[in-house]
Amino acid sequence: MTNPDVAQADDLLEALIAGTCPDAHGRFGEFGGCYVPETLMPAVTRLAEGVHHYLRDPDFRARLNDELEHWVGRPTALTHAPGLSALWGADVWLKREDLAHTGAHKINNTIGQALLAQALGAERIVAETGAGQHGVASAAACARIGLPCVVYMGAVDVARQALNVDRMRRLGAEVIAVESGDQTLRAAIDEAIRDWVSDPVATYYLLGSAIGPHPYPYLVRELQSVIGKEARAQIIARSGSLPDAAFACVGGGSNAIGLYHGFLGDRDVALFGIEAGGHGPALGEHSATLSAGKPGVLHGTYSVLLYDSDGQIQETHSVSAGLDYPGVGPEHALLRQIGRVDYRTATDDEALAALDECCAAEGILPALESAHALAGARRWASENPGTKILIGMSGRGDKDMPILAEHPVGSSTQSEDARNAAA
Amino acid sequence: MLPRDALAEALRAAPRPAMVAFLTAGYPEPASFLDVLTDVANVADAVEIGVPFTDPMADGVTIQRSSHAALSKGVSLEWILNTLAERDGGFAAPLLLMSYLNPLLAFGLDALAERSAQAGVSGFIVPDLPFEESAPMRAALAPAGLALVQLVTPATPRDRLALLCKQSQGFVYAVTRTGITGTGSGLPAESADYLAAVAAASDLPVCAGFGVRTREHVEAIGAHADGVIVGSALIEALERGESPAAFLKALRP
Repeated sequence: MTNPDVAQADDLLEALIAGTCPDAHGRFGEFGGCYVPETLMPAVTRLAEGVHHYLRDPDFRARLNDELEHWVGRPTALTHAPGLSALWGADVWLKREDLAHTGAHKINNTIGQALLAQALGAERIVAETGAGQHGVASAAACARIGLPCVVYMGAVDVARQALNVDRMRRLGAEVIAVESGDQTLRAAIDEAIRDWVSDPVATYYLLGSAIGPHPYPYLVRELQSVIGKEARAQIIARSGSLPDAAFACVGGGSNAIGLYHGFLGDRDVALFGIEAGGHGPALGEHSATLSAGKPGVLHGTYSVLLYDSDGQIQETHSVSAGLDYPGVGPEHALLRQIGRVDYRTATDDEALAALDECCAAEGILPALESAHALAGARRWASENPGTKILIGMSGRGDKDMPILAEHPVGSSTQSEDARNAAA
Repeated sequence: MLPRDALAEALRAAPRPAMVAFLTAGYPEPASFLDVLTDVANVADAVEIGVPFTDPMADGVTIQRSSHAALSKGVSLEWILNTLAERDGGFAAPLLLMSYLNPLLAFGLDALAERSAQAGVSGFIVPDLPFEESAPMRAALAPAGLALVQLVTPATPRDRLALLCKQSQGFVYAVTRTGITGTGSGLPAESADYLAAVAAASDLPVCAGFGVRTREHVEAIGAHADGVIVGSALIEALERGESPAAFLKALRP
């Protein structure tokens, strides 16, 4: 990886703002591309053509917008957070993707891709899921559109997310427990790709994050950029100006890329991505891909990954299953390289403390993923008092109750700090 | 002669159909791998050595199992190249490495080409590296004359088939069925036309694989292709504790 000079970095940012990045080969600067088995090449080529056509097609956009408004429940609210504002000495605003149908931003992507799959003549949809949010959103979108849905989910995740497994099945999806590999999200993606390789003509692979081979990182970003567009208009209308900083959690990075795309051209808005710092910085103890990883190829894209000296992909850890992935979308790799987004980490403890604080101060239970963004924002606010901060609340925390039961309120060291600070 | 040309020549000179065998490196045991490889290279006309990877997305359960077992015993690309270099090219058949891209990138492509040539490797098969992304790999392999084998599939459109056959080196790997390795069995009915189209587009030997398990399969494919590739079935023979060389011999018509 060579770092581009300032002029190159500026050109790349201008291309992102102008919508000419990725290029025709799916490259975000040096990142991205399309690294798939030859069997899938005709399928990804057809998909790229379909994306190019339908995302510009007025009839398709009208159908998508109708579903977003009347089925997903968009626009989602922008909520002022006076409690957090007082605690942090900042002016805090929350973009409420937790209020979207099925409880997270994932639905923006799945309804768009399900409509695309239907337009492309697909007969069945396969999807992967980690914690189950993308699986639930896929199952719901497929039920809505009327396409059969198969969700691959690691056996470990099936065991620890029983509620979401039941939700998916009730929504008509077939859930297949993946016993191979690490039995979590990574293995589920491997298995979904194997399914797709076996039937690339009739099967549509509904990928859940801004990762994977071209055109997925572009497609998912376009479908999620509604978050940033709405948030920008809402915060100007409500507060009279842009925020000083915007925060999002980053696993694969779909909610973050969607939020950022509202503000990339607003150079005075500092953008932050918060990765899962897990238990700490040792390899295998976290999922902080951009903070600790190196460029490489996994699941069809050249991006930043966590791997060892032999190129073997590493196990990751996070209390938040949705951030527990050893890769990250290629556009994030570029945004970090050119310095437009500052990627930092929050530990499990910091995220749990931020979750408790948000519950108590705002009456909102955030997803553990979103709690990482809160934790990152909280730390930044302490260094930058009096600033206006926008936080992407990517999802709600109801799904995390079994995990939260193991972490009673106030059990983390960070919560004590928070209480002391508040006192 | 460049290693990639010697590979093509070896497959052309072999009794038809040439037999290409696949072994996962270091499987079933790292300590005995050179013996297994030597035996197999005495029967096969070329041997693909699988570099184990944590996320083999184009492989079925058999090769997933053998890759996982090899990784858990510490097998790495570095180990493979060191182990092969010990024997200094003393194998009866040309060797290829079959690897997903990330272990190769982590090793460094220029170092990879140099060390592979020293270890007597003739070329590479990289299942997650489509031709469009292969320029850096081809540039790195070219000075040592190592092959980068292209795969074609029944789903490959005709114009792309012509491109891939023209750009392949060593041989053309014709996947006979849509899917992952080790699934299905035998030759789909429509394969004769497909393999004829590949042969017509290629100046190199065409070796066909996926689902080859019996002598009947070998005979059926041999009627339409220059060579057959035997992978998962050979790994399963090793899992059963059988002699891989005897298993391959029994597949020969």
